[in-house]
Amino acid sequence: MTRKTRRLWLVIACVTCLGAAAALMLQAFSSDIVFFVTPSQVEAKPPPADRTVRLGGMVVAGSVKQEKQGETPVSRFDVTDGQAAVTVRFEGILPDLFREGQSVVAVGTMHKDGFVASEVLAKHDETYMPKEVAEALKKSGKWDPRFGPPPSAESWNTMTAQDAQKTKANPDSPAPAATKP
Amino acid sequence: MLSPELGHYALALACIFAAAQGVFPLIGAHRRDRRVMMLAPGLAIGQLIGLAVSFLCLIYAAVTNDFSVQNIAANSAVSKPLLYKITGVWGNHEGSVLLWALILGICGAAVAAFGRNLPTALRARVIAVLGLVAAGFELFCLTTSDPFARVWPAPMDGQGMNPLLQDPGLAFHPPILYTGYVGFAVPFAFAIAALMEGRVDAAWGRWVRPWAVAAWCFLTCGIALGSWWSYYVLGWGGYWFWDPVENASLIPWLTGTALVHSAIVVEKREGLKIWTVLLAIATFSFSLSGTFLVRSGILNSVHAFANDPARGIFILGLLAAVIGGSLALFAYRAPALTAGGLFAPVSREGALVLNNILLCSICAVVVTGTMYPPFMSLLFDRTISVGKPFFDATTIPLALPLFIFMGFGPMLPWKRAQLWPVLQRLWVAALLTALACAVAFYGVSGVLPALSCAVAVWIITASITDIVERIKLFRMPLAGSLQRARMLPRSIFGTALAHAGVGVTVLGLAAMSQAQHKIVDVPIGTTEHLAGYDWTLQKVEQEPGPNYTAMVATLEVRHNGKIVTVMHPSKRSFNSQNQTTTEVSIHTNLLSDLYGVLGDKHGTDAAPTYVLRLHYNPLAPWMWLGALIMALGGALSLSDRRMRVGAPRRARNASTSTVTAA
Repeated sequence: MTRKTRRLWLVIACVTCLGAAAALMLQAFSSDIVFFVTPSQVEAKPPPADRTVRLGGMVVAGSVKQEKQGETPVSRFDVTDGQAAVTVRFEGILPDLFREGQSVVAVGTMHKDGFVASEVLAKHDETYMPKEVAEALKKSGKWDPRFGPPPSAESWNTMTAQDAQKTKANPDSPAPAATKP
Repeated sequence: MLSPELGHYALALACIFAAAQGVFPLIGAHRRDRRVMMLAPGLAIGQLIGLAVSFLCLIYAAVTNDFSVQNIAANSAVSKPLLYKITGVWGNHEGSVLLWALILGICGAAVAAFGRNLPTALRARVIAVLGLVAAGFELFCLTTSDPFARVWPAPMDGQGMNPLLQDPGLAFHPPILYTGYVGFAVPFAFAIAALMEGRVDAAWGRWVRPWAVAAWCFLTCGIALGSWWSYYVLGWGGYWFWDPVENASLIPWLTGTALVHSAIVVEKREGLKIWTVLLAIATFSFSLSGTFLVRSGILNSVHAFANDPARGIFILGLLAAVIGGSLALFAYRAPALTAGGLFAPVSREGALVLNNILLCSICAVVVTGTMYPPFMSLLFDRTISVGKPFFDATTIPLALPLFIFMGFGPMLPWKRAQLWPVLQRLWVAALLTALACAVAFYGVSGVLPALSCAVAVWIITASITDIVERIKLFRMPLAGSLQRARMLPRSIFGTALAHAGVGVTVLGLAAMSQAQHKIVDVPIGTTEHLAGYDWTLQKVEQEPGPNYTAMVATLEVRHNGKIVTVMHPSKRSFNSQNQTTTEVSIHTNLLSDLYGVLGDKHGTDAAPTYVLRLHYNPLAPWMWLGALIMALGGALSLSDRRMRVGAPRRARNASTSTVTAA
């Protein structure tokens, strides 16, 4: 076997393997990527029912309901980003860190009658906020992390970006979140 | 006596030692001044002593509840059990950086102690490179994450540790994993030293290989331990989340595995030299960036301890210096290395090349999948995540050919081989695999799991066949075979064992895809049926613990009316931090795991119901057992006389042909 054919073999092996890897990746990128959405995005443009998404926001206080279908425990709760709320249905055990009024990420699909979660994640840092939820809140103008902890979730639907500005101007005053409607 | 100030001072001293260790031996090697080069071992051992004293001081402060030390106050508490006071030292950012530096110090001292037969200049350069890296990390520790910082006034009690970390498995996971990560610093240092000398030869391959194999063994164990911890502590029923932190340990494992194999080609055939040097650099770079990008909070993860911009900038600077510097040196010096010959595609070295190509393709996929989400959010401001479906769809099709070639790779002779005789010798293995394939397609749902089962059987049977063929078992009297087995180098057994370990792990992974589970909300006394077992919830009681109260369930499991086990899954509420953790109960018979999780209490106090999650996980222990077998195989190879560190000598006198770096 000449040097040339040996080199050819090597090149063919490399190109095949890396080509296969690239093709597999592109295929997977088009079908297996999971996008993060906020409740207001879901309201504006619901994702197709066969597409898995991560829905992030705060659990609306008082919205968690436990029920049973046969022996299967089913939890329902509302997730809000301050502009819209989406009801999530989840079969299974809610994670230890799940709390009303704190942030959550639900992985699942959007159906006509609500969001069906296959997994509920309540991983978070010391401020009880997953990074992506915090980003979404900051973007919508609901919360500026430099001025105190996030406002409680139940007040969000009535709260506007101007309120967040007010808190910013006077961080010592109680947040408008404290005044319940 | 072991005061935090002494620890701080010892750390500063170690940093100075490390800087000296990084500078003087290089000058000595450049000037070929033997006396200056001989400073290297002493400086390395001095650095290790400083780090050891510093680490002891931190442990002493933790054990004696010295809450005037900020790190202890933030992570410990009087009520914490003694074991976790000690292991809690490395359960936080500052302590883990110190542990990292300590292990790096141990590596440097190990090269100084066991590398006596290395050429003086090479040893001096290797120790110097380790010293430079260590100096960087000790400076990082001193300037941005000082574990000994005092707090005034000292609190009466600490804030306690995250209850999730209060577990014996996690106590030993970080040191083992870090030893794996840091261990790859030694092959890295050898690669840099070789680039400085402009010389890579068979002897270099021999010197590097034991260090790479040792680091690989630790990394394998560390990853398995981490996965096992996530299985039995987090209680979600799975074993691998494809979380950035887990991927950060898998990526260097993949390149490290490639390195362990390509170093064989350097040693036996003086080929793949430049590639092996690049792999050594890449493996350590991935170890570094993996751990520290995660720690800096760039990759969002549960494991991120702190998001401090000063630390992030220092870490990025350090990474840029280590990785950029070494790659620049590689680009500058690699053309000076003489390239090895090209190999015939069908030969042992050809198979090893294929192994490297496939492992690196898998690695590229994992890297892309891990880095894609942060890049997307950085560049396009879109939050996406990449999880199990992505990695399953991309890694399994690439891993399957790797596993198939793994079967006959070790049986191919060097230089030039013919495929047919090898395949003939493997007919028993092929037959068994075909049988397993038929059974798997009948009994296992899903094409990929069934194929994975078949290749797992193929790897195991082919590895056994390799040994059987080598000792001519069944073809000559047994005494003769045993005699041959005694003469066979241990590294051959090591290879077969490690490969069989991969097969065992793959079998476990494939079987785990068939796991069954059930989530129910039932009153006491109910019996559930899952996977042929009857699970009865008998009672739920409150029990106090040292710093928590627990709700403990009694779950009786029967199979065909006979009691298999009584499980006690529980839920703990910690007093200090208003946290709850779930304690999984697992019963294993090595062929399958019964896995019970207790959830919330629902209903009224008069008629309470409890949420239970029950899992049946077939062959689950095999995943970690396989990793242990792999590591044992590596250890067996290490005990081979031919692998013993420093045993070989260079063919020609090293100092005369040394090319000094500019």
